[in-house]
Amino acid sequence: MMDSSVKIINEWDIVAARQLGRNVAKELGFGTVDQARITTAISELARNIYLYAGQGEITIEKVENGAKKGMTIVSRDEGPGIPDLRKVMEDGFSTSGGLGAGLPGVKRLMDEFSIESTPGEGTLIQSVKWLR
Amino acid sequence: MNFRDTMLDEYKEILKTYINDQTEQALYMSQKFSRKSIEYKISPEEMISLHKTSIMELEPELSESLLLSLDILLEVMMSYGLAYREHQSLRTIQRELINEIEVAASMQQTLLGTQIPRIPSMDIGAISVPAKQMSGDYYHFVSHENGAISVAIADIIGKGIPAALCMSMIKYSMDSMPEDSQAPGDVLERLNRVVEQNVDPTMFITMFSGLYNPETHIFSYSSAGHEPGFFYHADTGVFDEMQAKGLLLGVDKKTKYKEYEQKVEVGDIILLMSDGVTECRTEEGFLEVDTLIGYIKKYIHLDAQDIADKVYKELEYLQDFQLRDDFTLIILKRTS
Repeated sequence: MMDSSVKIINEWDIVAARQLGRNVAKELGFGTVDQARITTAISELARNIYLYAGQGEITIEKVENGAKKGMTIVSRDEGPGIPDLRKVMEDGFSTSGGLGAGLPGVKRLMDEFSIESTPGEGTLIQSVKWLR
Repeated sequence: MNFRDTMLDEYKEILKTYINDQTEQALYMSQKFSRKSIEYKISPEEMISLHKTSIMELEPELSESLLLSLDILLEVMMSYGLAYREHQSLRTIQRELINEIEVAASMQQTLLGTQIPRIPSMDIGAISVPAKQMSGDYYHFVSHENGAISVAIADIIGKGIPAALCMSMIKYSMDSMPEDSQAPGDVLERLNRVVEQNVDPTMFITMFSGLYNPETHIFSYSSAGHEPGFFYHADTGVFDEMQAKGLLLGVDKKTKYKEYEQKVEVGDIILLMSDGVTECRTEEGFLEVDTLIGYIKKYIHLDAQDIADKVYKELEYLQDFQLRDDFTLIILKRTS
């Protein structure tokens, strides 16, 4: 199992996280459209860390589930956390200000998505894309 | 076969036709193709990828830089794709909301329903049409044990759902009004206290309250800032405005409402309305009182309900079938 992380501190780290994600996606055999979806999801998650948490980490893992193969993106930060998860998962909430696809966008780009957040402690987002 | 399985071949065919000779036909085919791809939820980024694959197969000699440029296009289209999918999901939510409002509107119709009283000496007709789904107009009749008839017409300043919710409260208070307080001034005073205590201070209600006594044929009435009604004198053919002074409901809980009286002779008509009638706007501006009276005169020989229906039809036509405000018109015509 390969497993690697990128620390997100400044905007250039977003590019590094995207690059890591793209390499893994290519290696696994994802097509160009899915590669673009995966990297867009990584961008969104990394940007959220950069903009709202200050710093954190994006971890990319390959996963296997029986015959299914895929990759997991984990975003972890110790920032202020999200007080109202329902609100941020609502369509039109984060996008209205032109902030990007937001978390609902990430959820759409990936096959599986889960989020845990504790105000004052940080946020953990895990998402999976399966190879078809 | 599924569109997803055949779309590459279909798209390649369109592309090939157009590259060979630039016909409008091929462009039309691509328009049809895009409709179908939307139907099958093909995202913009998938379209770019489909285009790239097609052109690579059709023109293997194509320059590398041109193909690379499509990678940038695909990346740029990602956000458009997400915005598109978000739009789709918001549309679903919107449809659900519209359905809910429709249910609420039909509930309101049931809730606010009132029976038009049938008595020998008075022919009564009423029409109420909301501008949007939910009405902020309200009318109510009560047949009292002594044979008298109460009529009330109210208009909430404000429209839509907040106005409709407020209406329900008015209806409830009217229903729980004691049988001994029939006098229009008392009715308004009671309702004014309810509104003052329970309604948001930015919401105001105008109301006209009347009581017809079939023994004396006297119509007594009070108004809380409501649109004045008209009184038609059958013997002279003259229309008088039924002026009545009174403060809107909900402004001051100590407000008293003055009562006015009008003797009703055979053939006389009382017309009560909401401002949706008088403020009905046409291309030439507001409706003139004379125009309104003209329409009423035109149908004055008909039954009360027919007068109300016909006048509504005329005003609806005058406004190009677009109501800007809730419309309510009540006609009381003494027949004997």
